[in-house]
Amino acid sequence: MYSELEEHQEEHQFVSGHTACGGCGQALAAKIVSDTVGKNAIITNATGCLEVFSTKSPTTSWQNPWIHSLFENSAAIASGVEAALRYLGKIDNIRVIAQGGDGGTADIGLQALSGMLERGHDILYVCYDNEAYMNTGIQRSGLTPLYANTTTSPSGKVLKGNIRLKKPMVEICAAHGIPYSASTSVGFYSDLQKKVKKAISIRGPKYLHIHVPCPLGWGHQASLTIEVAKLAVLTGLYPLVEYEYGKLTGVFKIPQKKPVIEYLKLQSRFKHLLSDNQALEELQKIADKNIEYYNLLSKTN
Amino acid sequence: MKQFLEGSHSVAEAAKLAKPGVISAYPITPQTHIVERLAEFVASGELKAEFINVESEHSAASVVLGAVATGVRAFSATSSQGLLYMSEVLFNIAGMRLPVIMVCANRAVSAPINIWNDQQDAISQRDTGWIQLYAEDNQEALDFVLQAYKLGENPLIMLPVLVNMDGFILTHGMEIVDIPEQDLVDKFLPPYNPPYKLDVDNPVSMGLLADPSIYLETRYALHKTLEETLDIIPKIGNEFSSIFKRNGIRLIEEYNLENANIAIVAMGSVCGTIKEFIDENKNLKIGLLRLITYRPFPKEAIFNSLKNVKTIAVLDKSISLGNEGCLYTEIKSLFGSDKKVNGFVAGLGGRDITKNTIKKLIDVSKEKEVRCEFLDLKEDLLRKEFYVF
Repeated sequence: MYSELEEHQEEHQFVSGHTACGGCGQALAAKIVSDTVGKNAIITNATGCLEVFSTKSPTTSWQNPWIHSLFENSAAIASGVEAALRYLGKIDNIRVIAQGGDGGTADIGLQALSGMLERGHDILYVCYDNEAYMNTGIQRSGLTPLYANTTTSPSGKVLKGNIRLKKPMVEICAAHGIPYSASTSVGFYSDLQKKVKKAISIRGPKYLHIHVPCPLGWGHQASLTIEVAKLAVLTGLYPLVEYEYGKLTGVFKIPQKKPVIEYLKLQSRFKHLLSDNQALEELQKIADKNIEYYNLLSKTN
Repeated sequence: MKQFLEGSHSVAEAAKLAKPGVISAYPITPQTHIVERLAEFVASGELKAEFINVESEHSAASVVLGAVATGVRAFSATSSQGLLYMSEVLFNIAGMRLPVIMVCANRAVSAPINIWNDQQDAISQRDTGWIQLYAEDNQEALDFVLQAYKLGENPLIMLPVLVNMDGFILTHGMEIVDIPEQDLVDKFLPPYNPPYKLDVDNPVSMGLLADPSIYLETRYALHKTLEETLDIIPKIGNEFSSIFKRNGIRLIEEYNLENANIAIVAMGSVCGTIKEFIDENKNLKIGLLRLITYRPFPKEAIFNSLKNVKTIAVLDKSISLGNEGCLYTEIKSLFGSDKKVNGFVAGLGGRDITKNTIKKLIDVSKEKEVRCEFLDLKEDLLRKEFYVF
């Protein structure tokens, strides 16, 4: 059994032994991404949880060539890697994956990402969105959802937590006119895998935004990561969509609308809202608007 | 082949001869002519390279970091705010032991905004772990770029090199330069073959987290390598010299120092002016120690060169605000109180340093001991505009 496990491990591009928390959505998603891409890929990584828990010197979980430089430059490092592969005539056989968290992508790394997309590099950029700066201790990012409690957007008598909406990263990237910009979730393995496969089959700049629950930062049980991820999608709060060359070409249909409270009540970052009907209504409206705008409900309903 | 070229185009020729596979470019005065000329080389097919027009200097540095990590030689150039914006990446490149080569067209830093020359930009990056060379003229700037690759890519070193050339004075100044033949350059500088790189057939992880049990050792190793570089620089300079029949990189240059009563210490293009002043005033017994290698700091070479001089006058084109000229602090630290070491700051923000400025420096040094004397200050302006009395 032990040797079987070891054998099995060798088939993965991201192997165990890392120090992620139990139930970490990002670790699971990173494993799916790298396994799907396979060994002919070079990965660049922004500073953040994923980098810290997977590469504490002298160990590494990465079986791909992998490089971390700084917080905001994963897309620029990847641009250099891609240019080098192009120069070497190897770009047809080797994929370049740039990755980062929500802060490293949507806030401090947005400029480098935009440059990478605009220049047309043949790179898949993957954003693991756990909706706050988790590595530094759950601070609010530009991708923290409305009314979420974080350490820099705490709820109090005056404020209900984070007062801004999530930055629309998939649309921002799609607006660059790139071949592919999509959102997916670690809660839907086959959707995630399918979109990674699709992205790497396309040449040019691609953007994939993956919703990854963080038990520590969101305050849910580690065993509920997948369920929480699924509920974000099934409530309509986190639509899974695909844009090709700036046009919406695909949505992940949900069989029936679940009320947002089902999603919120599992997480302590929203517990201050559970008796706040006005806030709950506002969040329900965001979900309803998504459902209508993207036409998320299956036709059978 | 000899050509009459501005300094920017001279170093662009050098970069072309080094055959970089990736060039990143972001415009900033007075660097821009360098990457413009390289863009022309790529457009015309004279140079086969990926030319990446990035969206910032931070990404310019990151792109060449990524390229060199993938095993491809790379080049970039910047100035002033651009270098400061790169600062975070500069530390990173050195810490990751990647031989990135860049040219800095030295320029003052903001505020107030000023596009003209001093050396504050590069001096402020002295602790990044980069080797820093300072050219006196355009031929040197060209030659230094070629030797920078040879030096940084030495498997015993594996460190980035910043070739400094004074903005406008050199970058936009026209001089006759000897552009070496490609086959001689190829002989001197073989293709980049790094001991480690990002390679799918031999995957490695780079840029790992180093906790307190290992970080200290990484910094010690980097420091030791920089110190060892002091031995390798003259060797590479000699090799260059034997192939190209002119001076190669050195730690310092000594000019008229035997029997000198006063030794001026300076870096970069101002040394040309100082040499002329020395030649025209032989009776004053002045010598010059031109610092070529600023980092690693060649303490021993400087000490041995100046130990018999009575008076040293350090001319800084930068200042550690609230203290004194940056070079002055370092030269002063080599000598006890038995030697007179004077500190002068001049030429900030492109104020011309003329032979008259040098005369003032000598006159003051003969008479008194000064630590941080600004030369050519306009006293009226200070009183009227800045209320400094």
